[in-house]
Amino acid sequence: METLTTFLNSFLPEGLSAFIVIMLKIVAIMLPLILAVAYTTFAERKVIGYMQSRMGPNRVGPKGWLQPIADTVKLMFKEIITPTKSSKVVFFIAPMLALAPALAVWSVIPFWDGGVLANVNAGLLLILAVNSLDVFGIILAGWASNSKYAILSSLRVGAQVVSYEIAMGFALVGVLMVSGSLNLTEIVKAQGGGLLGWNVFPLCGLFVVFFISGVAETNRAPFDVAEGESEIVAGFHVEYSGMAFALFFLAEYASMILISTLTALLFFGGWLSPFGNTFADTPILSFIFGDGFHWLLLKTMFFLFCYLWFRATFPRYRYDQIMRLGWKILIPVTLVWIFGIGIAIAYGWQPWL
Amino acid sequence: MFRSMTHFVKSFTLFELFKGLSITGKYLFKRKVTIQYPEQKTPMSPRFRGHHALRRYPNGQERCIACKLCEAVCPALAIDIEMEERPDGTRRTTKYDIDFFKCIYCGFCEEACPVDAIVETHIFEYHFEERGKNVITKEELLAFGDKHEAEIAKRKAADAPYK
Repeated sequence: METLTTFLNSFLPEGLSAFIVIMLKIVAIMLPLILAVAYTTFAERKVIGYMQSRMGPNRVGPKGWLQPIADTVKLMFKEIITPTKSSKVVFFIAPMLALAPALAVWSVIPFWDGGVLANVNAGLLLILAVNSLDVFGIILAGWASNSKYAILSSLRVGAQVVSYEIAMGFALVGVLMVSGSLNLTEIVKAQGGGLLGWNVFPLCGLFVVFFISGVAETNRAPFDVAEGESEIVAGFHVEYSGMAFALFFLAEYASMILISTLTALLFFGGWLSPFGNTFADTPILSFIFGDGFHWLLLKTMFFLFCYLWFRATFPRYRYDQIMRLGWKILIPVTLVWIFGIGIAIAYGWQPWL
Repeated sequence: MFRSMTHFVKSFTLFELFKGLSITGKYLFKRKVTIQYPEQKTPMSPRFRGHHALRRYPNGQERCIACKLCEAVCPALAIDIEMEERPDGTRRTTKYDIDFFKCIYCGFCEEACPVDAIVETHIFEYHFEERGKNVITKEELLAFGDKHEAEIAKRKAADAPYK
């Protein structure tokens, strides 16, 4: 990266070359992300199919590997239908509003030590703030569609996301108490020293709460009342078709991947290897078992698999049960846990250090 | 007291959720039951009731004597027959139409037939390309029977001992 910057500086004005480098970095994050989204949809259909003793898609390309490409092409060539009485401008802005935050959050996610677009000091806060903007797109989509199903769904999303954001925020408070920083790179580095250094051990309750609220936040099964096929057709995106629908789809899966990555970063040591420095001296093993991006990828993939596993296993929650779980169980649990950590810190008993 | 305690512990350790996850987790590795249709097919009974056919005797004479028992027994009123007396004194059909949209493939026509003329074959992969082609005429039924006679005879013979 430095060599590229100096090379560009040799014939371009400094501001322009910095701009180009940042643009290249954005592309380098965005392209794999969108590809990952496409193949997450494929993995979802395959995994759920396998769990139901089916094969899943296996017709397009070898073993069905081109299925997401075929889906994308189909969506791109479909007509975007607008309901006659919808508010046209909001109708088209809404999917972009849903997608933009889901992608913007990735700017502060570190992929390896130093592998981050913007090493912001308040990265965790930024993630919380930008991620909660997601809900605007969904609410506006429901509103602009001028459909009763859509507006019902966006009401549900609004209430659900706001409730679970609190539990999620409290879970993150626990993380920042333990690691003493809001910078994601620092949080990961604080979890060094192999498997036992990971935050998940002192914070196992908060991890469970964080992941559950993460699932609720992304409106995935078993918290997918927003889409509730059996009650309100497809929820907030009933009236959307073609690429406008695809944007919502993209946003949903991008935030799924984001929550999985965040779980890996905050509780499971991100790119840190579970073996610590055990293999640091052996030449080849040190590359495989040492710290690196592949560990983050592996952990993220595991949590993404959990998302699909949940979807194949759990029936949908009733709406009032969702509210009860969020307000009466998850929030008190996080509060008690944070209180416990606070006492531990106050008395200097910090086994995680 | 004890029960409420176990309930409390169970719900906070997510006991039942993990139980459910373990079941779906096991199914992930089980054998899949999907049959990939055009390449793989399920075994088929010789009694299978598919596309109809009119059969002939080995000397080429058509079997149907226009007794109209099939028309009478057909619960969907799908069969339409008209008849004549031929110069040689035999009673034959001039029209034998089956409306495949009405037909429910019950096989009663085959059972009613005293001369085994109308049969339902093993062929179920067929389609119509024009409106009105769903009404199959006598000529088409006879041609269909001639084309598949060997296979039809084999299947009827296999099923004969159980009739």
